[in-house]
Amino acid sequence: MKLIFERSVAGRRTFQMPQSTFPKRELPKAVQRKERPRLPEMSEVAISRHYTKLAKQAFGVNSGFYPLGSCTMKYNPRINEVVAGLPGFARMHPLQPVDTARGCHEVLDRAREVLCEITGMDDMTFQPAAGAHGEYVGLLLMKKYHEKRGDTQRTRVLIPDSAHGTNPASAAMVGFTVTHLPSDDQGCVDLDALKANLDDTVAGLMLTNPNTVGIFDPNILEITRLVHESGGLNYYDGANLNAIMGWVRPGDMGFDIVHLNLHKTFSTPHGGGGPGAGPVGCKEFLSPFLPHSHMGARLAEVDTGDSVGQVRAFHGNFLVVARALTYALTLGREGVAQTSGMAVLNANYLMRKIEPYFPPYYNRICMHEFVLSLDKVKRSTGVGALDVAKCLLDYGMHPPTMYFPLIVPEALMVEPTETENRETLDEAAEAFAQIHQMIQDKPDSLHDCPTTTPIGRPDEVGAARNPIVRYSFPE
Amino acid sequence: MNIPQHLKYSASHEWVLMEGDLAIIGITDYAQKELGDLVFINLPNVDDEMVVDEAFADVESVKAVSDIIAPVNGTIAQVNEELLDAPELINQDAYAAWIVKAKDVTGLDDLLTADQYLELISKEG
Amino acid sequence: MGSYLPSTRDEQQQMLEAIGLKELKDLFVDVPREVLLKDSVDIKPGLSEMGVRQEMEKIAAKNTVFQTVLRGAGAYDHHIPAIVSTVTAKEEFLTTYTPYQAEISQGVLQSIFEYQTMICELTGMDVSNASVYDGASAAAEAVMMTQTRSRERVYVASTAHPEVIETIRTYCWGREVPFELIPQKDGLLDLSALENLPGDTACVYVQQPNFYGLFEQAEQAANLAHQAGAKAVMGVYPISLGICASPGELGYDIAVGEGQPLGIPMSWGGPYLGFMAARKDMMRMLPGRIAGETKDKQGRRAYVLTLQAREQHIRREKASSNVCTNQALCAMTAAVYMAAMGPQGMAEVAQLCYEGAHYFADELGKLKGFGRVHTADFFNEFLTHCPMDVRQFEAEMARRGILCGLTVDDKLLWCVTEKMDKQAIDEVIAVIREVSGQ
Repeated sequence: MKLIFERSVAGRRTFQMPQSTFPKRELPKAVQRKERPRLPEMSEVAISRHYTKLAKQAFGVNSGFYPLGSCTMKYNPRINEVVAGLPGFARMHPLQPVDTARGCHEVLDRAREVLCEITGMDDMTFQPAAGAHGEYVGLLLMKKYHEKRGDTQRTRVLIPDSAHGTNPASAAMVGFTVTHLPSDDQGCVDLDALKANLDDTVAGLMLTNPNTVGIFDPNILEITRLVHESGGLNYYDGANLNAIMGWVRPGDMGFDIVHLNLHKTFSTPHGGGGPGAGPVGCKEFLSPFLPHSHMGARLAEVDTGDSVGQVRAFHGNFLVVARALTYALTLGREGVAQTSGMAVLNANYLMRKIEPYFPPYYNRICMHEFVLSLDKVKRSTGVGALDVAKCLLDYGMHPPTMYFPLIVPEALMVEPTETENRETLDEAAEAFAQIHQMIQDKPDSLHDCPTTTPIGRPDEVGAARNPIVRYSFPE
Repeated sequence: MNIPQHLKYSASHEWVLMEGDLAIIGITDYAQKELGDLVFINLPNVDDEMVVDEAFADVESVKAVSDIIAPVNGTIAQVNEELLDAPELINQDAYAAWIVKAKDVTGLDDLLTADQYLELISKEG
Repeated sequence: MGSYLPSTRDEQQQMLEAIGLKELKDLFVDVPREVLLKDSVDIKPGLSEMGVRQEMEKIAAKNTVFQTVLRGAGAYDHHIPAIVSTVTAKEEFLTTYTPYQAEISQGVLQSIFEYQTMICELTGMDVSNASVYDGASAAAEAVMMTQTRSRERVYVASTAHPEVIETIRTYCWGREVPFELIPQKDGLLDLSALENLPGDTACVYVQQPNFYGLFEQAEQAANLAHQAGAKAVMGVYPISLGICASPGELGYDIAVGEGQPLGIPMSWGGPYLGFMAARKDMMRMLPGRIAGETKDKQGRRAYVLTLQAREQHIRREKASSNVCTNQALCAMTAAVYMAAMGPQGMAEVAQLCYEGAHYFADELGKLKGFGRVHTADFFNEFLTHCPMDVRQFEAEMARRGILCGLTVDDKLLWCVTEKMDKQAIDEVIAVIREVSGQ
């Protein structure tokens, strides 16, 4: 496919602006740009066709099965897009007078109400723009809480070795040192290791439950109790909320701080990697520390005294919250529990259908996702998780998550979500069955997969050794 | 198994060669095989302190980052800047592609011989 | 009531039986009984699609959409070409995830590569990432990029947007990085404060145009930063770059900014777009995703996410930033905008903003009590006095369908975009004259 710059022809253009009706005025020379930016020069029809071609080489939830573990690629309801496009939401200036933005404040208030109820929290900020951003805020809350108590030696955060990379990265950004907790042979927190590491230098624990291998840690109440006893706080990574919402609440499990991924559990679209939203909920005692839009707070005459500050401008990814609220209102009381129940059922169903070909790494009831390991297969045939994933591309589905979590060798993590029907799951199981057969008959052929896609496996080594990260215009 | 006899080794897969007062340090052929195609190396600065068993550099492959652990104590005297543009030199010949040269070195006695290193990696496999 | 579950109750039962269970509750055996909810969560029953649409429309109707917006301060009412909205609404772009599987995502990866290139061109830099959350967090991430073992101290323009300053301050508190504000005089940075920066200075952050709309002596500020061995970071208004000197031309090392003006509606503050671009030697310090060019085995040109070993999923606690999800669709929005505008269109928009704002400021200056506070030249925002109580003035203007300048203490920070022509401004002047009793 040609790059947009390769389609550009000098002088071509669209006509967006009328002529100026103002007295002519030239910028002071010192401020003038010397070199024109080499942006594309194209007619509208050429731009339109270019992006149509690009769209043909994209795979969305709309295209097919997308069992990407830890990402919750559920259906993105169209009504969400309609709501986000309402001028009454889209054309609002973030610093409008409060009495002209009552609808916006109501969206946040109602979303706060519903999400606090679902998570068992007392208050919530919508500022964070993504889950990692939410983790960052959560850790800032932890830091401020201890600082306010004069407890300055709590510089460590405990994180399981199965955790998503954003957890330790976020902790490091807040100046904490990370102590890794080993997982036991069931993928859960090793209680002895936890006890051994708890002392008065621990600010808190970051945990997701179910964990990243899709298992609900049955010791969760003991874990959070132990942390509280040693004076630390419990942070819940809400990435896996789709497994439990409506059945159990993080706030009831002993967590003090929670972040949600609205682009996971609450159906807002992934957009190729964003925008998402990562609201952070907390128990009442942490409420004074929540971040605020300082100018927004001044407008609304809200005191931000003990706030940790802010992590971006304005209120947050408002239109994403509006989508999530629409979804939450649609689901309602029964829908919430039905959704997570089906997510878990679909995962267990698929896991058992794939089992004859690829046994689950943990042979037990899973939550909304399950992990396979290609380690034994790799040792005997040379076919690993990467090869199986690339082969699944030829079956018209997006592969599961590869090589995560790190505690499972040659991992493939499968999360079907609740919006898949039974036929899709059966077809996916059939794809796994056929790949299994290929591994028996001609394992080497899997190294050539995919063969039906527009490109084959790219040379990632070359891309990293000699990075070309922008188009170079011919001189 | 490529383990030159004249070098010393650490349990974390570094090799050491004494050249007068300087300790020349790199990673072993076994290590480079495990790491796969290297795409970048983060080198320390000259005059940095090297503390035995602590990371003093790291190498990146496409999907991973690995620390290079100090086999001895010392002070960085030279770094191999050629590796910044061509980290693959380590993949091509791990024993020719030295990473740093260190002075004021201590802890040499704790290093392994080639035979001891061979025993170690045979157990690991 | 409403849900997106394809499975019927019967199918649900069959599937449960297929795995040897009786009811959904059986799946939650590991949840301690004392916390398992007896009866779901205490929220209202679900709505049908028609019901939720009516509900949300009712809420939206409680907002006032101003037809005439004369307020900027970090969120701008610019014209959005129709093609921008249609492209970004395509389902394939909307519903796809991060393009980790390059073989089926070349369209998405190429669009990121194109976006990166356009940002480089606009800012005069060598490399760009695929976006971060917004301009303020981009500024904070940029400041963190300049941290080295011996240089930590950060100098931030007091004339930058207050929320950008607060965000950088928060990130500095998080990492315990020393934070200093550069003082101002008459609305501009007092450059004498940069003349003897200490040897532990990591960077100087300057906003151009600044919060008051004024042009800073940006090149001089960058020189002073470099003289002290520090990096120069600019937060820049992308629309101004249609005609104004780029951060690259002015000698800056890193350019960041809020990309909302590039085709993204004001959205009550988000989702927005943080762009980050830098000189070649700082490429590996950029946070977030970066798309790169390569080939596949058959020599076909291909795009991949590259330099991933910088990122959190690989470096974990050693990553310089935790950024994972970015603002991909907003970045694509900006790319389509820049393509639809082209260099000519970008220059036209910038020129209209500049001329319109100056015409408005001149006309306002003819009224009693609305004179400019500062004297330096500005791009499209400027601060004036107000002859009456600013809150009252704002309310009266709002009643007449006009969102006036932002109230800053007892003054007004006005903004004019290309949406206003001479006639529209003359009409606003007439209203202001009436409201202020002149």
